[in-house]
Amino acid sequence: MNLKLLEEENVLHAVITGEIDHHNAVVLREKVDRQIAAMRPAGLVIDLSGVTFMDSSGLGFVMGRYRSMAGIGGQVTVKGATGRVETILQMSGAYRYVKLLDE
Amino acid sequence: MKTVNFVRMTLPAKSVNEAYARVAAAALASQVDPTIEQMADIKTAVSEAVTNAIVHAYRGQEGGLVYITMRLMEDGSFIVSVRDRGCGIGDVRQAREPCFTTAPSEERSGMGFSIMEAFMDKLQVRSAPGRGTTVTMTKRLGR
Ligand SMILES: Nc1ncnc2c1ncn2[C@@H]1O[C@H](COP(=O)(O)OP(=O)(O)OP(=O)(O)O)[C@@H](O)[C@H]1O
Ligand SMILES: [Mg+2]
Repeated sequence: MNLKLLEEENVLHAVITGEIDHHNAVVLREKVDRQIAAMRPAGLVIDLSGVTFMDSSGLGFVMGRYRSMAGIGGQVTVKGATGRVETILQMSGAYRYVKLLDE
Repeated sequence: MKTVNFVRMTLPAKSVNEAYARVAAAALASQVDPTIEQMADIKTAVSEAVTNAIVHAYRGQEGGLVYITMRLMEDGSFIVSVRDRGCGIGDVRQAREPCFTTAPSEERSGMGFSIMEAFMDKLQVRSAPGRGTTVTMTKRLGR
């Protein structure tokens, strides 16, 4: 798993590549939350286009960041989810809370 | 039904082993030429079951073990069972409900069993409080 954090205007982009499971979701959560607290962005974009595997821990990561951002009045957008990653986000109802960016 | 091949392994209940378990499952399943989707389904379901054993079964306990048995059957199906000797589940039916979780503060969403059920053909959960849990899943492989 690899995480790149990019700031663009007042939006934080979290570009994740590789596998998201319980083992590395813990690391992701800590790094992204630290940046949210420091930057207080209006929006967080989670880019999952490079994610090759994700289980419910990845879903927990997305919903957890929804809560972090809601706490400072910001929004979360998810983009690039494909295959089973997308299936998990769809079936959990996550898109009722986070926006889906279509490109 | 005849077992064509099998793997048995015992792993310490450490999160670093989640990836090991799902990769091992995919490696065994790959012997019968599954589709990419079927491989992804197996990896995800095994990851869910093993993660549950690690985060729920041995909560606050040191030295817990996760026992995994995987079989390839004559008819091309893949059967995996994930067993722990942890705290067990009092009400299995409730635990299997979508969105039911006992660990919301740890960013769990209660979707693990629903994912296992959706991605595999069969899911069986046996559990006894104080003794442990066995999750057995079957997936038919091939095109
Ligand atoms: N091996 C286990 N030992 C003890 N309790 C378990 C075990 N597996 C599941 N449970 C219980 O069943 C509940 C539901 O499990 P499920 O995997 O569906 O959701 P979760 O693990 O809470 O969240 P998620 O899987 O979405 O991260 C858990 O919250 C836990 O209380
Ligand atoms: Mg779970």
